Amino acid sequence: MSENLIEVRGLTKKYDNFVAVDGIDFSVRKSESFGLLGPNGAGKSTTMRIIAATSQRTSGEVLVLGKDPEKEGPQIRAHLGVVPQQDNLDIQLTVTENLYIYGRYFGLSKKFVKSKINDLLEFAQLEEKRDTKVETLSGGMKRRLTIARSLVSEPDILILDEPTTGLDPQARHILWDRLFRLKEDGITLLITTHYMDEAEQLCDRLIVMDKGKIMAEGSPVELIKRYSTREVLEVRFGSNRNAEVAPVLEQLCERIEVLPDRILLYTEDAEEVLENIVGAGHHPNTSLVRRSSLEDVFLRLTGRSLIE
Amino acid sequence: MSALKEERSIPKFGAFYVLEARMKAMLKFFWVIASIAILNPVLYLVSIGLGVGTLITNNIGPNGIDGVSYLTFIAPALLATSAIQGAMDEVIFPTLDGFKWAKIFYGINSTPQTGSTIAAGVFLTAMVRTVGSVLAYSGILYLFGAMDSPNAYLAVPIAILAGASFGAVMLALASHVNSEDLFFTIVGRFVIGPMFLFSGTFYPLGTLPIGLQFFGWISPLWHATELGRFATYGHHINATMLVVHSLFLLAMLVLGLIFAFKQYTRRLAK
Repeated sequence: MSENLIEVRGLTKKYDNFVAVDGIDFSVRKSESFGLLGPNGAGKSTTMRIIAATSQRTSGEVLVLGKDPEKEGPQIRAHLGVVPQQDNLDIQLTVTENLYIYGRYFGLSKKFVKSKINDLLEFAQLEEKRDTKVETLSGGMKRRLTIARSLVSEPDILILDEPTTGLDPQARHILWDRLFRLKEDGITLLITTHYMDEAEQLCDRLIVMDKGKIMAEGSPVELIKRYSTREVLEVRFGSNRNAEVAPVLEQLCERIEVLPDRILLYTEDAEEVLENIVGAGHHPNTSLVRRSSLEDVFLRLTGRSLIE
Repeated sequence: MSALKEERSIPKFGAFYVLEARMKAMLKFFWVIASIAILNPVLYLVSIGLGVGTLITNNIGPNGIDGVSYLTFIAPALLATSAIQGAMDEVIFPTLDGFKWAKIFYGINSTPQTGSTIAAGVFLTAMVRTVGSVLAYSGILYLFGAMDSPNAYLAVPIAILAGASFGAVMLALASHVNSEDLFFTIVGRFVIGPMFLFSGTFYPLGTLPIGLQFFGWISPLWHATELGRFATYGHHINATMLVVHSLFLLAMLVLGLIFAFKQYTRRLAK
């Protein structure tokens, strides 16, 4: 088997007249944490489901662990852990029962599955809830249980579709910490997200997707370097004046993005640009100096924000 | 870790593991299911078996229909009805839950399980309930003296076959359902109700005008009831009809499962 656990060439998925995934290529190496970043409807989840051998492609080639998901779906799925966008736990059953039955779906022995449960409960920080019906768990707990469940079969690749969507900030950080631990253990992660901070935190390498196509590929740092400047200055003059002052500000930085509520100025030194703006007699209502992020990369590539 | 890697392959009888999981979920409702399985027959036997039965006995004599008591006459039909209802509940609700409500099938489908093994597991679970319900029902029939013919026990496997046949078809239909409200209305009012009333359950189908007998011909309940009456007390059926009744039920079973397996697979791949 090659070093690449996942190989995707010219992958296309059409629904009637709609092209959800439009001829994309990428590969994921062993022990790598690979991200698919893009807004809702970019084709990320569709791509994931094809790789996870639960959806059929229209054309192109896909190899997961050296096998074609269309021909050897169950064989591939035996080696995957999947965390879907929407939790699909058995809410009538308890936390422990959910872990148990999921392991059994893989055909694992009762003894083996039972031996894993304590570790998984600890990993998911759900020891106290072991005999609680899933129906009554909070969103963050359900999410952690879904992740723990996906690990019961000791997968070679863990596929996470929007792992923290819908969670509050604290629950997100707990989850990121858990995922980071998996990454350190060397498990191969494939993550879709529309949160740039999530992609920056968790992904070694990622592709930026929009409208079914790949817009860029690289590590978060590389992408920021390639498509953005080191720093960004965000200024607000009030929604009426933003467009008015934009032509003046444009002269003071490398690149400018005028959004409905604020203006982004791309530069190597944001403090200096701010001084120059004030020096030129313009006084923004608010200003913020920050580092460039993947959000800026996405804006540059598509002219749109990730979260709309 | 390495020990597991070697052991990890596709489970041989995938449906067995789905059955195991569905049993866990079903047994959470054990007392509800057991109450239905016991209360239903008791209510029917008291109101129709004894109430209507007494009326019939008083008017046309103790061996009025087919030369047997009214209870003996309706016992195979009631048994098949209970099998059909148990099987139906246990395929419809888990199927809707699996595809629509909690979407658990999509989680199961992320393991080596397939649409077919999931469908088979749901069906087998429904069969466990059906067998349990039929056994409970036949015990109560026995207590009411409705199982006194020497071959009465033969009504049990025939009722189970009826449950399996109807359950298989409902499994296939439920897997297509997107709007459950409409589905429940149609099934409840236009399938179950008429089937119970027009399948020769309470009187021989031949009593009805020929135009209405049609409902019986397409009803698994009528076919099972005829077989049950034949087996339990020697109700007269010619050899051709014996084959027709059996083939009808077997065809429903086989076609229902084939379509269910296909649709489960197709819907999960969407």
